[in-house]
Amino acid sequence: MNVPWVVSDSAVLTRRYLTHLRQQPVELANAVGFPILMVLMFAFLLGGMMTVPGGGDYRQALLPGLFTLTMMFGLSTTMVAVVTDAQRGITDRFRSMPMAHGAVLVGRAAADLMISAIALAVLLLVALAVGWRATGEPAAIATAVGLLLMLRFAVLWVGIYLGLLLRSTGAVTAVQVFEWPFAFLSGLFVAPATMPPVVSTIAEWNPISSTAAATRDLFGNPGWGGDSWVAGHSVLMAVIWPLVIIAVFAPLSAHRYREMSR
Amino acid sequence: MVAAVSAEALRKHYPGSAEPALDGFDLSVPPGTVHGLLGPNGAGKTTAVRILATLLRADGGRAAIDGFDVATQAADVRRRIGLVGQYAAVDEILDGRGNLVMFGRLFHLSRHDAQRRAGELLTQFDLTDAGRRPVGKYSGGMRRRLDLAVSMILTPAVLFLDEPTTGLDPRGRAEVWDAVRALVAAGTTVLLTTQYLDEADQLADRISVLAAPKGGGGRVVADGTPDALRARIGGDRIDLVVRHAADLPRAAALVERVAGTAAEIDETTRRVAAPVSDRMGALAAVVHGLQQEGIDAEDLTVRRPTLDEVFLQLTRAGVAA
Repeated sequence: MNVPWVVSDSAVLTRRYLTHLRQQPVELANAVGFPILMVLMFAFLLGGMMTVPGGGDYRQALLPGLFTLTMMFGLSTTMVAVVTDAQRGITDRFRSMPMAHGAVLVGRAAADLMISAIALAVLLLVALAVGWRATGEPAAIATAVGLLLMLRFAVLWVGIYLGLLLRSTGAVTAVQVFEWPFAFLSGLFVAPATMPPVVSTIAEWNPISSTAAATRDLFGNPGWGGDSWVAGHSVLMAVIWPLVIIAVFAPLSAHRYREMSR
Repeated sequence: MVAAVSAEALRKHYPGSAEPALDGFDLSVPPGTVHGLLGPNGAGKTTAVRILATLLRADGGRAAIDGFDVATQAADVRRRIGLVGQYAAVDEILDGRGNLVMFGRLFHLSRHDAQRRAGELLTQFDLTDAGRRPVGKYSGGMRRRLDLAVSMILTPAVLFLDEPTTGLDPRGRAEVWDAVRALVAAGTTVLLTTQYLDEADQLADRISVLAAPKGGGGRVVADGTPDALRARIGGDRIDLVVRHAADLPRAAALVERVAGTAAEIDETTRRVAAPVSDRMGALAAVVHGLQQEGIDAEDLTVRRPTLDEVFLQLTRAGVAA
């Protein structure tokens, strides 16, 4: 495969998706508005009666969890986009063209990552507005943002793969429904230690728990603590989990794209 | 001469389906011609096109575009084909020009060439005025024309049109037909699938008829020019409609005498029909007979069988075979 064509074809497609966003600002508003709503709901409706083990402001601990949640929910956003292209026959047209095939996936991934970066930036500003503060070193804060985008980059490959595999809007709904229990079975909103024993272990090993814990730590926000190995190595695991997910789902997606309906 | 499109004994069986989608499908399309694949839903038309367009791998058999094998030389094939699928595969949010430029870039035209080609194609497909409008606001016919324009960016040697007018109103169909005729005039080989007999009749030089899916589907049961296919089920037919039902027996006797064979009689429409070989002679003889016997005729025509009649007969024969 011709490497320069992969780059230029990907760039053409990335531009296509970003143009979509410019033409349909309501999509961007959705992508940003939903997490903002979550911030307000958790911070002002539920947050009042929640406490951090060992003390600390719940809202300060919650927001890194919501940043992580926003990144994770990018899975279905990506999946919707992939399914839409497949259903409109555009994916088939790309596949029948003499273009670099990886470009369709890379273009999608790059665009979604950029859109997520915008959404995260807006969300950070809203978080600051409701009183959240990042007190860590600038380098640590930058690392935290990097870890969040890394998680987003990992889950978007899951979204691409599931979108290519399932190709129906019904499946998208099923994945969206499943996202919620997956998000709650983690350390995003509450300390896993407060859950029943087995459940608590699963929640601690949930990849998104590592990202949430690592970013709390790096932003300088209060965390849940925990004695387990995975809780003690949250930054390491927040790097390893996304790498593992990418290593599994990027090749799967590439293979699926080539072999689609073959 | 190398066939523009060739297929030999293609087989495809989708996992989980009872019947194979293609079961010994053969095809050979000479360059510069329009070939129609005609068949009911599920006869395997789309499967055949998807295999030829490198989107689907056949379970058996061989297929080639301009001599390039679709399975082993897919990249060469993709440089030579255009595909217009059942859904207008264009970006709804971009405008018409934006679509053409984007796909032009993906066909590896330079930015400048992609712009220039977009302008040419907008003119050629009569979309210049709509070039800056989002495709989501296009009519069905316009969308199809843009779809055709995108597939013509590199002027492919072979263009696949998979039911290009499905879901269009008559005006949209006419627009698409005109666009297809223009492409053919420029020398592109077209493989057209359709469920519409008149569409194949209008556009195709030759037609392959695929059998219905149940029992013996997925293969060509008849192949030839539209005229030859008609000839296979007999020549012209004479149709006589009498004004008074009481005249039917005498009219039938007259038609049978002229045709030399049994006539079909339909009492509700007061119609007598029979196949004839000498169309003008038969017409004159029937007119003469009507005057002599004082039969009051409402309508008298000699016509070729419709492709519908051909189609029904051939696919029925395919099922029986």
